[in-house]
Amino acid sequence: MLKITNLKATINEKLILKGLDLDIKPGEVHAIMGPNGSGKSTLANVLSGKNGYEIEGEISFNGMDLNELKTEERAQKGIFLAFQYPLEIPGVNTNIFLKTSLNSVRKARGEKELDTLTFLKLIKEKAKELNIDEKFLSRQLNVGFSGGEKKKNEILQMKLLEPKLSILDETDSGLDIDALRIVADGVNSYKNKENAFLIITHYQRLLDYIKPDFIHVLSAGKIVKTGSADLGEQLEKTGYANLS
Amino acid sequence: MKNQDLNIDKEYKYGFTTDIESIRAPKGLNEDTIKFISDIKKEPKWMLDWRLKAFNRLKSLKEPTWQKPKYPKINYQDLYYYSAPKSSSEKPKSLDEIDPKILETYKKLGIPLVEQQRLNGIAVDAVFDSVSVATTFKDELTKKGIIFCSISEAIQKHSDLVKKYLGSVIPLSDHYFATLNSAVFTDGSFVYIPPNTRCPMELSTYFRINAAETGQFERTLIIADKGSYVSYLEGCTAPMRDENQLHAANVELIALDDAEIKYSTVQNWYPGDKNGVGGIYNFVTKRGACRGKNSKISWTQVETGSAITWKYPSCILQGDNSVGEFYSIAITNNYQKADTGTKMIHLGKNTKSKIISKGISAGNADNTYRGLVDINKKATNSRNYTQCDSLLMGNKCGAHTVPYIKNKNSTSTIEHEATTTKINEDQLYYCNQRGLDQEEAVSLIVNGFCKEVLQQLPMEFAVEAQKLVAISLEGSVG
Repeated sequence: MLKITNLKATINEKLILKGLDLDIKPGEVHAIMGPNGSGKSTLANVLSGKNGYEIEGEISFNGMDLNELKTEERAQKGIFLAFQYPLEIPGVNTNIFLKTSLNSVRKARGEKELDTLTFLKLIKEKAKELNIDEKFLSRQLNVGFSGGEKKKNEILQMKLLEPKLSILDETDSGLDIDALRIVADGVNSYKNKENAFLIITHYQRLLDYIKPDFIHVLSAGKIVKTGSADLGEQLEKTGYANLS
Repeated sequence: MKNQDLNIDKEYKYGFTTDIESIRAPKGLNEDTIKFISDIKKEPKWMLDWRLKAFNRLKSLKEPTWQKPKYPKINYQDLYYYSAPKSSSEKPKSLDEIDPKILETYKKLGIPLVEQQRLNGIAVDAVFDSVSVATTFKDELTKKGIIFCSISEAIQKHSDLVKKYLGSVIPLSDHYFATLNSAVFTDGSFVYIPPNTRCPMELSTYFRINAAETGQFERTLIIADKGSYVSYLEGCTAPMRDENQLHAANVELIALDDAEIKYSTVQNWYPGDKNGVGGIYNFVTKRGACRGKNSKISWTQVETGSAITWKYPSCILQGDNSVGEFYSIAITNNYQKADTGTKMIHLGKNTKSKIISKGISAGNADNTYRGLVDINKKATNSRNYTQCDSLLMGNKCGAHTVPYIKNKNSTSTIEHEATTTKINEDQLYYCNQRGLDQEEAVSLIVNGFCKEVLQQLPMEFAVEAQKLVAISLEGSVG
């Protein structure tokens, strides 16, 4: 699904990713762990197509060259990023945002756009699965939402847009145990043989709920170690400092 | 006729011209022109005298220069002050008699007069250059005693009402452009709502400038008698030309005891091209008098067009407990300029006013909010709330807020809030990541920014206005 070869990314003349390789197949869950400043969020930004990065190397997504695609085209082709800090957009009703978003993705997929009634029915179902109060859907997008509510809203959008590759950028940060469990359940319920996850996190905590197939350790812009789910527990004990 | 029309591109879809034979007054601003206008409109003598009085005053007035957007000197002698389709010289009595070319024009503008009559339930007065060409739904309104017609017709048929109220809110000698309008005004709408009557439908006027080298001097007068209510909306478009055309309107509103007037504007005059060539000078005087107790006047404006927009729809709160409101969206893109806001003059006791202004600048544009809140000594226990928000797109545009605040008694309160923000790259990225392209993302964010004002518009127009907001900013984020 996603094949990254020797990826280098520079921002403001600073080289952040220094030759990264990664191969993700459908149905797999990959976790990326690593100390602050190792380039985890940069990887998420580069994959989703945020402006401002100079890119070298290849990123192939289902046979397409990602570097050729605009941010919205990547989203329409099935790349979803759950933001570490979801943005507030004052005056914009959450429902309207979600509907606009879903319909642009559906249109790109060649599917029929949903009318308001069908959409509302769908979003209510999805919200219920995540224990999100319907009232949130008629509030302004992320405005005045708590950290946990914002993160739940990201997972709601993921489930609504049905992406092929979901990138979760520190979705666990700022969540209490209950919210963490709801977010993890949301991810687990969406997991299937067709889609894949790239979970970026500092801690083992989220990985207790979402079992990864692979854990990669990112350090100074490169993957320095790859292992199975056990690697996370080991890191929790020894820390990143002992890795080379 | 000199043809300076530019190619129509997607940014301004109303830029076409209608090729139609017209009757014009000779060029130039003089007594003969004024007599020509008054004569062709078959006006009574008092009206001509009024116009000539204004013209005499004009000679001693100078154009104001305090505004932020400067413009090259206008040669008033090189303008046509009256231009009307030949076919309308005898005003048609029914829609069937209107020149099909004019009907086609309004259809292209999205105002199919015939269908509008049948389907929408909105009464329309259509002003083409200097004349009103059609007013729909007249009969139905007449049954309720409501008068909705062109001001020209009102001068002939309802002269007592016109005499009583014309110039009672904007005096003859108010300022240069208002006085100019009083001398040479051509057409506009007249509305009278009788006591205790709620106007059963939206009334609207659609202004269209078609002829070249012609100034449009619109005059509108709306009177809401005791305990009545009316909601009125005006829309404006013009062809794309590389000359600047002047639109200097006067609009007067009068609300008597317990009456309410809601006046909405969607102004989409031709803004000029990407390099700032051409476009309308929209120099307009709009003023409402809350003359009776418990009366209310509410202005809502969505200003997206014109090369220069220069206007301050205002409220004079004379009656005790009267309320004035001003909701404004002013969008300037490319080289457009706007200097707009309101004046709230509190004279009566317990009067309230509210100002919500949203200014959006993109490209090389410049946007100024200028407003006066003046609470007089006798206007005890009065309140004003003002909120001015500016949104900037890019690094070359400007936004300015110039509030003037006067409070002459100790029991009244004034609140003023102002913010200036730049459209946030991260918000755009977030929208893009959810599959929205750049234009959709900008439209969403800007419409969110304008929401408080958009929701004041009558339902039928809110959707149109939202689209207009998006179109006006097309290509402003790259």
